[in-house]
Amino acid sequence: MANVSIRNIRKSFGSVAIIKGVDVDIDDGEFVILVGPSGCGKSTLLRMIAGLEDITDGEIRIGPRVVNDVPPKDRDIAMVFQNYALYPHMTVADNMAFSLKLKGTPQAEKTKRVQDAAASLGLLPLLDRYPRQLSGGQRQRVAMGRAIVRDPQVFLFDEPLSNLDAKLRVQMRAEIKELHQRLKTTTVYVTHDQIEAMTMADKIVVMHDGIVEQIGAPLELYDRPANRFVAGFIGSPAMNFLDGVLTDGGLRLPSGAVLSLDGQPALPAGSKATYGVRPEHLQIVPAGTPGAIPAEVAVVEPTGSDTTVIAKAEGGNLTIVVRDRVALRPGEAVALQPVARQVHLFDERGQRVAGL
Amino acid sequence: MTQTEQRQPISFAFLAQIILILNSFIMLYPVVVMVFSAFKTTGEIFEHPFALPDFTQVQNFARVLGETSMPTYFVNSIIVTGASIILILALGTMAGYAVARYESRTNTFVLLFFLAGLMLPLKLAVIPLFILLRDLNLLDSRWALIVTYTAIGLPSAVFIMAGFLRSLPAELEDAARIDGASEPRIMWSVMLPLARPPMAIAAIQNAVPIWNDFFFPLVFIQSDSAKTLPQGLTSFMGEYTTDWGMLFAGLTIAAAPITLLYIALSRQFIQGMTAGAVK
Repeated sequence: MANVSIRNIRKSFGSVAIIKGVDVDIDDGEFVILVGPSGCGKSTLLRMIAGLEDITDGEIRIGPRVVNDVPPKDRDIAMVFQNYALYPHMTVADNMAFSLKLKGTPQAEKTKRVQDAAASLGLLPLLDRYPRQLSGGQRQRVAMGRAIVRDPQVFLFDEPLSNLDAKLRVQMRAEIKELHQRLKTTTVYVTHDQIEAMTMADKIVVMHDGIVEQIGAPLELYDRPANRFVAGFIGSPAMNFLDGVLTDGGLRLPSGAVLSLDGQPALPAGSKATYGVRPEHLQIVPAGTPGAIPAEVAVVEPTGSDTTVIAKAEGGNLTIVVRDRVALRPGEAVALQPVARQVHLFDERGQRVAGL
Repeated sequence: MTQTEQRQPISFAFLAQIILILNSFIMLYPVVVMVFSAFKTTGEIFEHPFALPDFTQVQNFARVLGETSMPTYFVNSIIVTGASIILILALGTMAGYAVARYESRTNTFVLLFFLAGLMLPLKLAVIPLFILLRDLNLLDSRWALIVTYTAIGLPSAVFIMAGFLRSLPAELEDAARIDGASEPRIMWSVMLPLARPPMAIAAIQNAVPIWNDFFFPLVFIQSDSAKTLPQGLTSFMGEYTTDWGMLFAGLTIAAAPITLLYIALSRQFIQGMTAGAVK
């Protein structure tokens, strides 16, 4: 096992900069998730750690060793690909043993390691099958088995669950997490699914447009997003944003309504700012309640455990999540009361404003 | 109502079957006549052309193999076709692999260069080719045919292999690279086993014309010891009389290997080896 240190990494394809200076420290045994929208550079970064992409500038260390110019096979890593990339002409056992075979591992040890890995993933009955004879979830497990057999310093996962159906995804999510807790191998995992990121990671790296927006524990990102991008990206349904101008103790919306703020923002009155509030921190109150945002119910989506309400208000639609059963009809006039303690404030550049 | 709806596709399938059966009759008829005639004497062939022969009468085969140079022609054909196919597949696969899997500025140019070869009928260049082979001292040897056929077959082999290898997922290579495989090893252990179907296609579509070719042996080969089957068989056609029974026996022997090769490799045509590689 090893720590991974990424220092001021840059990657350009021709004149197009894909990764524009990224610093990430991954501790020994940590489960780190790189998350971000498509095209943010997260997969490229992972492939650079793997050695499958050249590094334009910067430095990657695995353990004490700078690996910039080390070929993938000598980096002591194992990778699980989105489409599994199992060798179709080899059985499950041969797939898992391929790296050991190339290393010249003695037959007895090879068999034992494959057996052990297969046993831990429930693959023993499948060892003689070919990948085409397996289901999606089984292929996924074989891909993980192939990684485990190598007993690497670092596991790399490139969107491993995105080809699975929703139910299997939840199950494999738990299996990967359980695997990590058992093996305690340093893991870097790429996904665009923020639920995966929130549920599995020790630490999340939110990337956007080739830069790191924020690094932190899942709940830290949720409770204290560093900027408007992270605030909008983490959490589902997404955070509501309202633009306005700061006044003494509140934020005035263009219509003149003033939303109260709990605390003293570190931004002078009169500055433009964005008020962010999560769907579960908006309460539905009777229309006309002072200090609340007037709105009109547009859509009600009951999911059973909670209900999502989308309401039209000035500046766009607002999403509200309530745990109680609500009797609301589309078109009904309501008012939305933010929980003032749970409000986020962002300045004109989208950065979090301190003091709340 | 339901009946008419069902009847239409059935009658279509029925018609298709009829056409396919008729087609196989048309295709198999000359082959069958050839094999039948190989067991008859010339007199019998003209007397009862369609009659079932006595399959114990193998004297035509015995004479062809014993009294003529047929065994030499046969061995020459095997050597020339085999060596050409091995060279075409080895060189074509390596070139196709490089063009398909490695990024390089010259890739398009190399591929187009090979494609240009597809559009050039080499028979048009037979005189310069003759001069070239004469200067290389290869005339009247099996090598003259092998190098010519290899050159003719390479463009299509590169085209087929590059097209197929390009369709294999790049992650397979990445996975093998991480697993510790060297570049030649990736090609040999991971990519080529998957490329068997296109290799079979390239092999068959080159082997059949090479085996049957009459033109280049006619131009390049004079001595009996280097002749291949199609050229050699013409010596059975006498100026005044032809022993048709022997000729058909020779033809049957000549057609057998390529037919067997076709049957053996046709499974590869159909087999989808990549099923299960990626979702």
